[in-house]
Amino acid sequence: MALTFAERRQKWDVKLSPFGFISPYFLIFGVFGLFPLLYTAFVSLQKRNLIDAEGAQFIGFGNYEQLLFHDPYFWNAMGNTVSLWLLTTIPQILFALGIAHLLNRRLRGRMFFRMGMILPNITSVAAVTIIFAQLFGRDFGLVNWVLSWFGAGQVDWQAGTASSHTAIAAMVVWRWTGYHALIFLASMQAIPSSMYEAATLDGAKGWQQFWRITVPLLRPQIIFSTVIATTGNMRLLAEPLLFNPGTAAATGGSDRQFQTAALYLYEQGFTKYDFGYSSAIALVLAVATMLVAGLSYLVTRRIQTD
Amino acid sequence: MRPKTRNRRIRLIAGVSATLVALTALSACGDSGAAGGKVKLSLGLFGNFGYTDLIKEYQAAHPDIEITERTASYSDHHKNLAAHLATGAGAADIEAIDTGYVAQFKATPDKFVDLNTVGGDQLKDRWLGWKWAASVGKGGQQIGYGTDVGGLAICYRRDMFKTAGLPEDRDAVSALWPTWQAFFETGKRFQAQAPQGVKFMDGGPTVLNAIVGQAPQGYYDQNDQIIVGSNPALRQGWDLVVDAVKANLSAGLLYSTPQWNTGFTQGQFATVTCPAWMMTKIKDQAPDTAGKWDVAAVPGGGGNWGGSYLTVPKQGKHTKEAAELAAWLTAPEQQAKVFTSKGLLPSVPSLYDDAKITGYTNPFFNNAPVGKVFTDAAKKLNPQYQGPKAGDVQTEFGNAMQRVEQGKQDGAAAWEQLVGDVAKIK
Repeated sequence: MALTFAERRQKWDVKLSPFGFISPYFLIFGVFGLFPLLYTAFVSLQKRNLIDAEGAQFIGFGNYEQLLFHDPYFWNAMGNTVSLWLLTTIPQILFALGIAHLLNRRLRGRMFFRMGMILPNITSVAAVTIIFAQLFGRDFGLVNWVLSWFGAGQVDWQAGTASSHTAIAAMVVWRWTGYHALIFLASMQAIPSSMYEAATLDGAKGWQQFWRITVPLLRPQIIFSTVIATTGNMRLLAEPLLFNPGTAAATGGSDRQFQTAALYLYEQGFTKYDFGYSSAIALVLAVATMLVAGLSYLVTRRIQTD
Repeated sequence: MRPKTRNRRIRLIAGVSATLVALTALSACGDSGAAGGKVKLSLGLFGNFGYTDLIKEYQAAHPDIEITERTASYSDHHKNLAAHLATGAGAADIEAIDTGYVAQFKATPDKFVDLNTVGGDQLKDRWLGWKWAASVGKGGQQIGYGTDVGGLAICYRRDMFKTAGLPEDRDAVSALWPTWQAFFETGKRFQAQAPQGVKFMDGGPTVLNAIVGQAPQGYYDQNDQIIVGSNPALRQGWDLVVDAVKANLSAGLLYSTPQWNTGFTQGQFATVTCPAWMMTKIKDQAPDTAGKWDVAAVPGGGGNWGGSYLTVPKQGKHTKEAAELAAWLTAPEQQAKVFTSKGLLPSVPSLYDDAKITGYTNPFFNNAPVGKVFTDAAKKLNPQYQGPKAGDVQTEFGNAMQRVEQGKQDGAAAWEQLVGDVAKIK
């Protein structure tokens, strides 16, 4: 039986329209995502000054060889990135779970507190970092002032590795915990109360209910949050950059003690003008991000629904 | 009800689109500039160049020109400029470049208008010879007109010197330190009786910059090779400053950080190495300390730290007008005005014997005869060749000295790492 024109059109419409609807994303991704990525790959094979594109030379994998085998500062930066990843992601997820759990109860002014959670996230990262850098100041910082009540000496937060990582992690955790808490809260509200009632009848107390029911049921959200936090952390730039202001900002401390991989990329590209080398860093960092995100996916997937 | 809402929505969308179209059309007009009306020129600056009044004056004399200033921090400004040159868009019509960066930018002279082709070669004799030479590219292209030079002096707090039992009078203070050795000895005397919480100097890197600026050769030789490891003057200066840090004379602050700025307002240190532009910084940062500061001579005679150039990137739409404005802003009359309003030391030697300049005193600095102090320093100044990445080398010096101040390394280990770090700067 031959199809009429209208029927044929209908068929094509059903088949092709969805592609039309999703095409804007892929077009934009192509222009702002894929093309820059491929262009970065191209530049990473060159010895190229940022300002002097005409003088670029093709050097194959020379940048990668230098980066991966002869550059201790790159590995130092990767080490700092991993350290900050652990120091930010784990507390972020744990605090967010706890806060979401508290907000999931009946309490006065619930809406106010829930709205408040998102506030740190919508403030400007530059403003937040500059204020935190003041709080963690050596001579007139609020944190040292409070510590002095307990007899703890003057901590030079920028100077040490552990102290600077702690301060930067505090900024990141402060900024992102509320965001994750709201995601967890939304899913918690979808858990039917009958499950808790049944658990109560079985004699499970609050803490047991939290770990045995709430957390396992939030598994997809926890995986999502961990992966988001991980990828965000791998390109951590503004916090360490602004934590060390002045002309030496891009080195991340006097001994590069808090220079992240993204900051090292920035230093090579925008203070040393080594465009080829920083492009190589960008691609290695992208691969590392995928590996670390995969790793955190595997770890969080192990949360059991029993 | 439904159709009506939809109608309203359509109307809303139509209205918004119409506005957008109109705005785009308007901004397109703005871009074309000269065709519609005034020529718009933008000035990309960092810190305080003291041009605001001069711009008003220029606009009054040239009614067809409209000038806007945009100011960023020192490092942001130079990074933005590099990015704008790399992408071929976004640079201001006139961009300021500091001495620490000028060699790096003159390596790509084709990004800038060669000022020699627009009359710069006629103006050449205005400037100090070395100032003019420092911004000339490999093929002889002049990329920038010199604005100020740093010069060197020591700014000190009279009140703190008095408390510590040292002389307050600037001539007596200058006599305390003919050499850097004597400067640090004075520091030890100061520290013995210093007011509580006050250190003799702001931080090792600032002092070290001054000592480096006085050396006959700095970070580079004339062939653009980094000679940090083999230049004895740098190592001697380094050791002197390390000793001073060990003697607890330093507040351990890194210049141009917020902590350093706070140090001025909180009175954490009694002296700071003072190129002429530093006076404006102190005054802007800690206006409450008016009258407490004074200016003494720098140990070891003249020297230079800082000073800038005005360049005209080729990507601008009105490079001819921009070059004219840059030449006007850096002309002797204007440099004299900037000196008396903001204290920036002129780079045109004809002014160094001008009574308007030499007789100038600064009320903020206890009426110090800064005109005389700085022109004297400028006359004694031995020009030092600046290599391509002088700014980056200076950053590594700052970091290395900080490692000593933070107690992470001793002087020898920090120096060793420094030499290795600067060797990687290409």
